[in-house]
Amino acid sequence: MTTVERLRTAELVFLVAVGGFAGASLRHVVSLAVPGLGGTFAANVTGCLALGVLAYEAELVGVVAEETYYAAATGFLSSFTTYSTFALEVVQSPTLVGVGYVVSTYAVGFAAVLVGRGVARTLAGVVGS
Amino acid sequence: MNPAYLIGAGAAVGAVARYATNGYVGRVTADRRFPYGTFTVNVLGSFVLALVTFLGAGSDVLALVGTGACGSYTTFSSFSVDTVRLWEDGDRVLAVWNAAVNLFGALAGIGLAAVVAGI
Repeated sequence: MTTVERLRTAELVFLVAVGGFAGASLRHVVSLAVPGLGGTFAANVTGCLALGVLAYEAELVGVVAEETYYAAATGFLSSFTTYSTFALEVVQSPTLVGVGYVVSTYAVGFAAVLVGRGVARTLAGVVGS
Repeated sequence: MNPAYLIGAGAAVGAVARYATNGYVGRVTADRRFPYGTFTVNVLGSFVLALVTFLGAGSDVLALVGTGACGSYTTFSSFSVDTVRLWEDGDRVLAVWNAAVNLFGALAGIGLAAVVAGI
């Protein structure tokens, strides 16, 4: 590894760390505002929508800088959304509630990614025209 | 009420650890279409979160290690984008498989944590 490569790695690690700090803090704020399953659901679904926009923007448009993606997607959004709390809540819920929670989080989360992709496609059309 | 910096500090470490795990697992499984990196962090992080929860850790430890580190180490958004991409690319069996094994892997991790914690 050259010095430049090391600095680049350090830069990306720093961006991911800062984004992660902010994303988890906001998830905590949401969980205080909406206690229980609803808070985790809200964070996971809105995070899916936003990552759908960013991930497909990177693929279709490419205006957002790589550094921004590391801070906003790898750092912030991936920390704002969570799988561990979601899975633990499934276990701690009554069976039927747990099953409904899984199905609804998966369905709405995947749909949110598609909505985000739609936004990115619209952006691509605007930028491309 | 936990000081906010505990969650943030744990999350910064968790997010960087996820980035590192994804990088390593990605290199090891570079020839595979299945997103092993996200699967790895989701199962490991669910195990650790359940372990500190079942062991009755205090609120500060739960904030730092649970809500912060494990909450950030695991991710639902990348998992969802991965799954949608597999489905849209025509890898429908792999997409359904990804959706299933992340859930059952995480639940198995939580089950293992219950055994370790003696619940």
